[in-house]
Amino acid sequence: MDNGKGGRLKQASALWHGPGLATFALRRLVWSVATVAGVVAVTFLISHVIPADPAALVAGERATREQIEALRHQLGFDRPLLTQLADYYLRLAQGDLGKSLFTSRPISADLLSRLPATIELTLAAMILTVGLGVPIGVLSALRRNTWLDHLVRLVTVSGLAIASFWLAIILQLTFAMDLGWLPLGSRLPSGVAPPPTVTGLYLIDSLLTGDFATFGTAAAHLALPTVTLAFPAMATIVRFTRAGMLDTLNKPFVQYERAMGLPESLVVWKYMLRNALTSTVTQIGLVAGALLGGAVVIEAVFDWPGLGYYAVNSIIMSDYNAVLGFTVWVAIIYIVINIVVDVLHRLIDPRGTG
Amino acid sequence: MTELLAVRDLIVNYHSERGIVRALDGVSLAIGKGEVVGLVGESGCGKSTLARAILGVLPVPASEVRAGAIAFGGDNLLTLASAEIARRIRGRRITFIPQDPYGSLNPLFTIGQQMLDLMHWKSPRAAAAGRSAWPAVLSRYPSARRAQDRAAILDMLGAVQIPNPEQALAKLPHELSGGQRQRIVIAMALLPQPELIIADEPTTALDVTIQAQILRLLHREVKRRQVSMLFTTHDLGTAWEICDRVVVMYAGQDVEAAPTPAFFAAPRHPYTSKLLESLPRTDGVAQDIPGEIPSLIAPPQGCRFHPRCYFATTECTITRPPVSGGAHVVRCYHPLGASTGVAA
Repeated sequence: MDNGKGGRLKQASALWHGPGLATFALRRLVWSVATVAGVVAVTFLISHVIPADPAALVAGERATREQIEALRHQLGFDRPLLTQLADYYLRLAQGDLGKSLFTSRPISADLLSRLPATIELTLAAMILTVGLGVPIGVLSALRRNTWLDHLVRLVTVSGLAIASFWLAIILQLTFAMDLGWLPLGSRLPSGVAPPPTVTGLYLIDSLLTGDFATFGTAAAHLALPTVTLAFPAMATIVRFTRAGMLDTLNKPFVQYERAMGLPESLVVWKYMLRNALTSTVTQIGLVAGALLGGAVVIEAVFDWPGLGYYAVNSIIMSDYNAVLGFTVWVAIIYIVINIVVDVLHRLIDPRGTG
Repeated sequence: MTELLAVRDLIVNYHSERGIVRALDGVSLAIGKGEVVGLVGESGCGKSTLARAILGVLPVPASEVRAGAIAFGGDNLLTLASAEIARRIRGRRITFIPQDPYGSLNPLFTIGQQMLDLMHWKSPRAAAAGRSAWPAVLSRYPSARRAQDRAAILDMLGAVQIPNPEQALAKLPHELSGGQRQRIVIAMALLPQPELIIADEPTTALDVTIQAQILRLLHREVKRRQVSMLFTTHDLGTAWEICDRVVVMYAGQDVEAAPTPAFFAAPRHPYTSKLLESLPRTDGVAQDIPGEIPSLIAPPQGCRFHPRCYFATTECTITRPPVSGGAHVVRCYHPLGASTGVAA
């Protein structure tokens, strides 16, 4: 359909070997490290000036003053703040996020064990968001000011205005409690063993092992949190796609393509959409980043054992190391997503010079 | 010369916020096989509207065809289903050269991608291939045909004097100069081997030196292939250079049509004679036409030029003059060069 393999390869190679790409990559890397360091510093300082004493919390209610002080010393909380921060940086550079104050498990292991649940939820929500959001945005732009467009506008405005925890609860009440069609929360019922771990994503693992019963159960559990997350995200994507398409609608090249009688589906879904997507792809990246950082509230409401839920618990328990570790993860996710968006942007719009 | 396209008494209105714009008021025009017709008029006289009407790409729902017919190869383009026109006629039998080569190529696709997509759907070989059940965007381009079409594209790029055609195909529009882009869209207009090319002021956006080159090229290629062309322009000099026949429009009406030499030797409509007098001349005497182009929302009755016309009489203000003359057609009650001053 496109220029075929040759054209795509040529385009891709122009992307990678374009002028100044090495400089571009180096600059991005330096900035990424600086960003993570900055985020860590801010989070570190905030978490240490709030009037809660982690040593006292860890020691428990009946601990004596001496016991608490001993524990403080043991945890290193009695050292100067900057020393603690420097120490944290040093360990972070070696990939060590420290240990949980309460369980003593390595934070990185905790995060890794919760990552698949968040990735599964994010992927499902992103597929729904992009798969429905982009086509709806296109149709809405083509049929602007018809009943379809008005309906879409109504739904997207609600999507942006409705608080997602409220939507989550309404969905639970309707589909889990009243109708009983879908489960209330969690990834699988307590009696069902998760499929053997290949990717950690239950849907994919159960398919790989041919366990279709578990696949169905896991899919049913995934449905409500996915819809809850996708609804506001989709609203954003629909609005950006629609705006991008409207922007393209009267461009001279569209008039030219039509004047040459090119099939309408080609003009709309290939020539116009690619132009519209140049602005939408940034939004898709932002949405994906927000979801990968753990949909904090939604995971809690749906009892979804992902990163967001872990972050909520860590904050409630004042588990400083866990909160810091989670923050580092979110910072890295955003940086990675930004780079991916830049690359996608260059692929969609090969004019870009970076 | 046999007639290829005939526009008869075409009336087109636009609906705007300020009222109904009477853009075309009973315009007639004929193009013979292999003939290059210049459609001359000032900005806003309806040239582009007529070009779009022939292509079937008037803006919907803002425009409305009130009356008339466009006969082309046994079909009336105004009554043919728009999907049918898009599939069978537009881009195949009638192609288009746009005014603005900078904006008319899609900025995100290479020249090769855009030319191959055109050929996928509009090459003479595509006509034989018939229709596929798949939506166009998913349809496969058979590799044998693709290779043939690609060869045809490279040939054509050579014909329009693009240096290094292979390299040009891999380029994005912004990497080419305006003149090169104009050569590309000319190639795209010629590639489907059409019977008629509608060229909408194709050189206005270019530098004067490039304009002349492109005009000569365009003229040579259409004459070599015996393709008819409707060439809209506001520049009489351009019309003189490349057109076999000239049709002049004023404020949505056609006023005069004649073979180019006869037209420039002795214009018969008061407007066209004034227009020729307004050209800059070596003796430095250029005269403007008193008055202004009328609003098309509330245009003058009858001949729309009458408020500015030295010869206007009462009848000019009531009904539009009929066509008179043989090969040199004029729509005027008082054409110039008629000894009595009254229409024959």
